[in-house]
Amino acid sequence: MLKIKDLHAGVEGNNILKGINLEVKPGEIHAIMGPNGSGKSSLASVLAGKDNYEVTSGSIEFEGKDLLDMDPEIRAREGIFLAFQYPVEIPGVSNLGFLKTAIKDVREHRGLPPLSAKEFLQRTREKQQLVEFDTQLANRSLNEGFSGGEKKRNEIFQLAMLEPKLSILDETDSGLDIDALRIVANGVNKLRSENNAFIIITHYQRLLDYIVPDVVHVLANGQIVKSGGKELALELEEKGYDWIKEDILNKTV
Amino acid sequence: MEIDLKDQIKNKFESLCAIGQSSEGDSIQKLRGKAFATFEQLGFPTIKNEDWKYTNVKPILKDNFSFTPIPTTSSYEEAIKDKGYFGQGLDAYTLILINGIYQPQWSNIPSDDSISIAAVEDVWDQVAIDEILNKDRNNKSNPFIALNTALFQGGIVIQIKKNKVLDKPIHLVHLGDSSEHYFQQSKNIFIAEFGSQAEIIESFENLNTESHLLRNAVTEIRVAANAKLQHYKLQKGDASLRLIEHTEVEQEGDSQYNNYTFTLPGYSFVRNNLNLALEGSNIDSHMYGLYLTNDHQLVDNHTLVDHQEPHCESNQMYKGIMMGHSRAIFNGKVYVHPIAQKTNAFQQNNNILFSDFATIYSKPQLEIFADDVKCSHGSTIGQLDPDALFYLKARGINEEDGRSMLVNAFAFDVTEKIENLEIKDLLNEAISQTMLGKALLV
Repeated sequence: MLKIKDLHAGVEGNNILKGINLEVKPGEIHAIMGPNGSGKSSLASVLAGKDNYEVTSGSIEFEGKDLLDMDPEIRAREGIFLAFQYPVEIPGVSNLGFLKTAIKDVREHRGLPPLSAKEFLQRTREKQQLVEFDTQLANRSLNEGFSGGEKKRNEIFQLAMLEPKLSILDETDSGLDIDALRIVANGVNKLRSENNAFIIITHYQRLLDYIVPDVVHVLANGQIVKSGGKELALELEEKGYDWIKEDILNKTV
Repeated sequence: MEIDLKDQIKNKFESLCAIGQSSEGDSIQKLRGKAFATFEQLGFPTIKNEDWKYTNVKPILKDNFSFTPIPTTSSYEEAIKDKGYFGQGLDAYTLILINGIYQPQWSNIPSDDSISIAAVEDVWDQVAIDEILNKDRNNKSNPFIALNTALFQGGIVIQIKKNKVLDKPIHLVHLGDSSEHYFQQSKNIFIAEFGSQAEIIESFENLNTESHLLRNAVTEIRVAANAKLQHYKLQKGDASLRLIEHTEVEQEGDSQYNNYTFTLPGYSFVRNNLNLALEGSNIDSHMYGLYLTNDHQLVDNHTLVDHQEPHCESNQMYKGIMMGHSRAIFNGKVYVHPIAQKTNAFQQNNNILFSDFATIYSKPQLEIFADDVKCSHGSTIGQLDPDALFYLKARGINEEDGRSMLVNAFAFDVTEKIENLEIKDLLNEAISQTMLGKALLV
């Protein structure tokens, strides 16, 4: 589904990603962990197409197509979804109104007929339940006055509504209390299927108690320095990131 | 050879006074004479006049104007259907005015006695109307008022009768039609009597776009105690139309007046003066403005809220979106007299610039002479939030739609205040259409 090859990227001449290689197959959940400043969120931004990031070399293929060639909205329509670390508040844009437009555009791109008002309503109701997202919130302006947890749940609600193929959760767990964390994780677990995939970016192992990843990667200094099974996350939680740094140092020596 | 504008004004004045010996009363003749002398002395405002510093009227006065219209048609029913105007089709009592003259044959009005409608010439001998016409206004800050008083012909007087609540808005449609460039002077009076409630909508269009229409209008509004008047100005139409709209509102205690002024791409020149005098206690005044400008438009909103008595609230919110080479001005003055304790006066002006060539001049002016008041003002100028736009795009929404959504959202603070739902929809739709069509223009 996703093939990242030797990706180098940065902002304003600062290299942040220094040769990322990653392959994600349908049905898989990948966790990306790593210390602050390692480039985790930059990777998410590059995948979503944020324009202040400059890709200097390497390639990203999504379902056989060149992702780097696409504008952000085309990537979204092709099936990439980024759950933002800091979702913006947009007073005056209605949550459901904007989702309606987004779904229309996504379906049009995929050659699907638009949802009828009834179908849209039905999907809204169903997905709201799935992520335990309050109807009151869904009907408000986009994230306006939402708490941190409500914003994150809204991201998962949008994810559920848009039915993407590849979802990237950028530190969705940060700022969540334990109940919200459970709700978000339950949502993801219900949404996962053999046709879609998830990249979960997180600092902590906590979220991975609820969402069990197939692969865990450790990102440090712009590179994936270690990959392993879900037990790697536990090891990181226990020992911190320093041992990995030492590990790499030993290898290079 | 072109006749000098000043000579033409003099000629027009002399012809009005010649006619006047037979048809106009002494009071009107005296009024005209005084106003003409004032205008002769002041002349047209220049950019040296503080109130016209950023609004140069010279370019719009260059035309070889006629002061009397030369109509191109008499079948206005068709002309209106062909040309249309912004706000056409609103559910309202529609009053058609051609070149300032009320046209009952194409208008529909309430069948009951809730309002009275008359041409200004037919009622100016009434004491109350005469008093309003003779009210001293600040000609110095706006010499166009003096010109208007000296030369006005046409205009309408609408009175909403005591305790009457209108079931539908009154929609005034000001249409111009002349085969030559036409400098129009019209005077309107709206009176909301005690306890009445009404909505007045105004639309403006030039039917013969081959020639310019410079409309210099003065509107006097009185809102009596316990009355509520909602006043909408819908300003969107042909570039051949230039507007100078001066509105004076006097409110008695316990009254409410809401003004909504919306200016969209089209008219090349718009100057709105909106002056509110709060002459009693417990008055509520709201002024909501939205200007979305493009091309070489100039849109200037000057407001003045005069708090003369205690316990009143005024609220101004003006939002601007500037594109192309357009230029906008917001000048909002709030004056709180020493006696006007417990005043709440708020003012806000936010602007988004969409182009490197667009300009906004924003100037809040608060003069507060009472010490127990709550007053605030804020002015911002910025660009569309790139993070918000990226957020929308990351959900699959294209750039144009995203911008349009964000502009609608920016305007939301104003549009959500529109109590007339038809106008709210009309405006939101007009914003979307403008943004989708013109978003990429520099």
